[in-house]
Amino acid sequence: MTAVRAIGDPVLRLDGVSLAFGGVKALNDISLDVREHEIRAIIGPNGAGKSSLLNVINGVYHPQQGTITFRGKPRHNMDTHETAALGIARTFQNIALFRGMSVLDNIMTGRNLKMKASVLEQAIWFGRARREELANRAKVEEVIDFLEIQHIRKTPVGRLPYGLQKRVELARALAAEPSLLLLDEPMAGMNVEEKQDMCRFVLDVNEQFGTTVVLIEHDMGVVMDISDRVVVLDYGRKIGDGTPDEVRSSKAVIDAYLGVPH
Amino acid sequence: MLYREAGQFKSTYAADSAILPIRQDRIGLALILLVAFVVIPLTATPYLFSAILIPCLILALAALGLNLLTGYAGQLSLGTAAFMAVGAFMSYNFILRIPGIPLLLAFAGGGVMAAAVGIVFGLPSLRIRGFYLAVATLAAQFFILWCLTKVGWFTNYNPSGVITAQPMVILGYAFDTPPEKYLLVLSIVTLMALAAKNMVRGNIGRQWMAIRDMDVAAEVIGIRPMRAKLLAFAVSSFYCGVAGALFAYAYLGTVEPEAYNLDLSFRILFMIIIGGVGTVLGAFLGSAFIVVLPIALSTGVAFLDSTLHLNVPSSVGSNLELMVFGGLIIFFLIVEPHGLARIWQITKEKLRLWPFPY
Amino acid sequence: MQFFFEVLIGGLLSGVMYSLVALGFVLIYKASGVFNFAQGSLVFFAALTFVGLMEHGLTFGAALAVTLLVMILLGLLIEKFVLRPLVNQPQISLFMATIGLSFLIEGLAQLLWGANVRGLDIGIQDEPIGWIADATGVNVSKFDLSAAGIAAVLVTLLALLFSRTRIGRALRAVADDHQAALAVGIPLQQIWGIVWAVAGFVALVAGLLWGARNGVQFALTFVALKALPVLILGGFDSVPGAIVGGLIIGATEKLAEVYFGPYVGGGIEGWFPYVLALAFLLVRPEGLFGEKIIRRI
Repeated sequence: MTAVRAIGDPVLRLDGVSLAFGGVKALNDISLDVREHEIRAIIGPNGAGKSSLLNVINGVYHPQQGTITFRGKPRHNMDTHETAALGIARTFQNIALFRGMSVLDNIMTGRNLKMKASVLEQAIWFGRARREELANRAKVEEVIDFLEIQHIRKTPVGRLPYGLQKRVELARALAAEPSLLLLDEPMAGMNVEEKQDMCRFVLDVNEQFGTTVVLIEHDMGVVMDISDRVVVLDYGRKIGDGTPDEVRSSKAVIDAYLGVPH
Repeated sequence: MLYREAGQFKSTYAADSAILPIRQDRIGLALILLVAFVVIPLTATPYLFSAILIPCLILALAALGLNLLTGYAGQLSLGTAAFMAVGAFMSYNFILRIPGIPLLLAFAGGGVMAAAVGIVFGLPSLRIRGFYLAVATLAAQFFILWCLTKVGWFTNYNPSGVITAQPMVILGYAFDTPPEKYLLVLSIVTLMALAAKNMVRGNIGRQWMAIRDMDVAAEVIGIRPMRAKLLAFAVSSFYCGVAGALFAYAYLGTVEPEAYNLDLSFRILFMIIIGGVGTVLGAFLGSAFIVVLPIALSTGVAFLDSTLHLNVPSSVGSNLELMVFGGLIIFFLIVEPHGLARIWQITKEKLRLWPFPY
Repeated sequence: MQFFFEVLIGGLLSGVMYSLVALGFVLIYKASGVFNFAQGSLVFFAALTFVGLMEHGLTFGAALAVTLLVMILLGLLIEKFVLRPLVNQPQISLFMATIGLSFLIEGLAQLLWGANVRGLDIGIQDEPIGWIADATGVNVSKFDLSAAGIAAVLVTLLALLFSRTRIGRALRAVADDHQAALAVGIPLQQIWGIVWAVAGFVALVAGLLWGARNGVQFALTFVALKALPVLILGGFDSVPGAIVGGLIIGATEKLAEVYFGPYVGGGIEGWFPYVLALAFLLVRPEGLFGEKIIRRI
């Protein structure tokens, strides 16, 4: 099982990325890299720019400065459709499920890029459209099995408790079979058991599919346990980067979290 | 016969994603189709055909079109009638100017032209949302009707603006009696409703709902909002265009701009609100409701008038109708925002569990 | 050139009257986030009630007072029975509810007062003002100018109400965030009641002016359709936007009709404002004075 997981070369690199909203600098000259197959955590106090960083990576925000290099190709900013096509998937801090749809349909949307049938073919539900629908359904069922949500398949997502919604959102991202998975606080607001489940899923995804994971998390125990390398942000600046142990002992990081006497 | 699905196991994904996964529903639909295609043509009166059944089906088709756009893709439109008008006038011109064109092709052509116009007026949806967009679609309503009135080519320079629709002939067979027209309309509407159902349970339907529910998240998983929205406008307008052509040819017998005014747009919007936003069934329920209600009201008023000798002025009926429509819309939005279709669904769920409460 | 100015001034003056109707929309939108499609029906209802009361022998003043009461009452009823049950529903649902409301009000108005077209005389003649015509050669209608004057006074009063009074401050707080406003003790429902009552009052003034100009008839409800492009242009939540938007729409539509209309068969007033507003939207989606919204996820 662990055969796939051998940390490789950087797949994603940010160089000098800066992002500002009006006068507010959300990200200030950030440089970092993410290596193939690793679990990369981003930590930092509230408002440090963690979510903005993910938004820059998958093209929701366009930074004013800097370059983003994904799989060898440098660009000034990413484009959301393009990132999805390149195999970058994402979950959101505030659950961004499609509330009017069932769990199954939500996860099926994750596979929209794999379906090529035209509208006309879909309208008559014949040939390619039907084949694609069924083949993708089979793939989605694998994800459903993997995340152990078989029992809620047909439930409208709005009716699910918070923890399950988070899991469905992960399922939707996984359905796209991403090579890079961005998770924005996947364990926020969960109880201990749910957190353990989620940790297990993240580790399994990483090990079994070899998916590279970038995650934002506040729970230090989780971060230190599961991540290979950690980057620390504070007020839009990078103040630490390294293995969990290195980060834990870094003075700048301790100061940022515990405060410094002025 | 009990409404139970116990014992019906699905062993393939195809069976599970069928339109009607429950056997009793399939039997029910078969019965409805049997009645619609066989029993009604044999028994109904000409009045029933021309005053209720035919307009009901045609407007259900238009409502279905609007529901694809508004209910599924989440783009509110107040210009439905204008897209219908495009379909009607373009069908008229296809038949007029291309000798020997098959009728159904002319209707489809009308639908395609409506789709093209729909795309143009859907372009603002890429930048604006909500009721800014709703107001923008009013532009379509006014501009298109103005064009059809002012540009002589559309009406073949007919001075009165009211044109008699050409007879409907398919392969030498003329559809001119009410039952014949009804069967033609019914066939077209049934096929298009099936196609709509297929679209909304497939990839494109999910894309539309994703855009409706949360467009940023939809974009992040690779859905192109521009493509999905414009496609929604195109498909919706196609449905409306075909409905408009049928409205002129199978119902009114004339092609005239005034028939496609803002009032009709609103009525179709009311159909989907009352019937159920974001359901295919809702378009039919809503249409039946909105077509039958005024007739029932005026019959009721006339009955009270004649039995109680109230001497009610004739305008009372139409004003009452306005009030009842308005009141019902508010009532449905407050009490059952998902419309008659949801009530039907709840009834079915209750039936499944009957005689137990839950 | 004289003719140009005549058209321009006529357009600007009727633009003020559009602003007046648009203001009714803005008021309600600002305070409760509802795009009140029924505003045009309220205008119609007010004018019809006023004329109906006059026909029943009431004096001008008495009819005005009674109509004002009726409009305020109607506003309060709408708030209580339509808006309040729909609180926290999506804005689009509320919008559709007001479309239903407009049908309800139109039916009610005609059921009560009949559907005949009636004249309404508020004592100002629609004739050119002599001294202006003598001095410049430009005909300016006395009625249009007075109507614009009345509208301008009302607009100013409302702008002051919004910016200077306690109620205005509460209104703006409610517009910003319902829950936060509730939390600091602003009586939400009272504020909404006031807004709907004021909207009823604005509808009355607009109804009298428009009714006197075009006759009291069903077509008055279309005045609201004229106000929508004004709103798009000015932004739904901006009082200055409603004023400037009204002037722009009024002036351009008259100019377009006179100078461009004859080439395309006329009657372009119906859609020209919409197309203008739409073209504008594509450049600036938030309207003239609307705030640019940064969408966050």
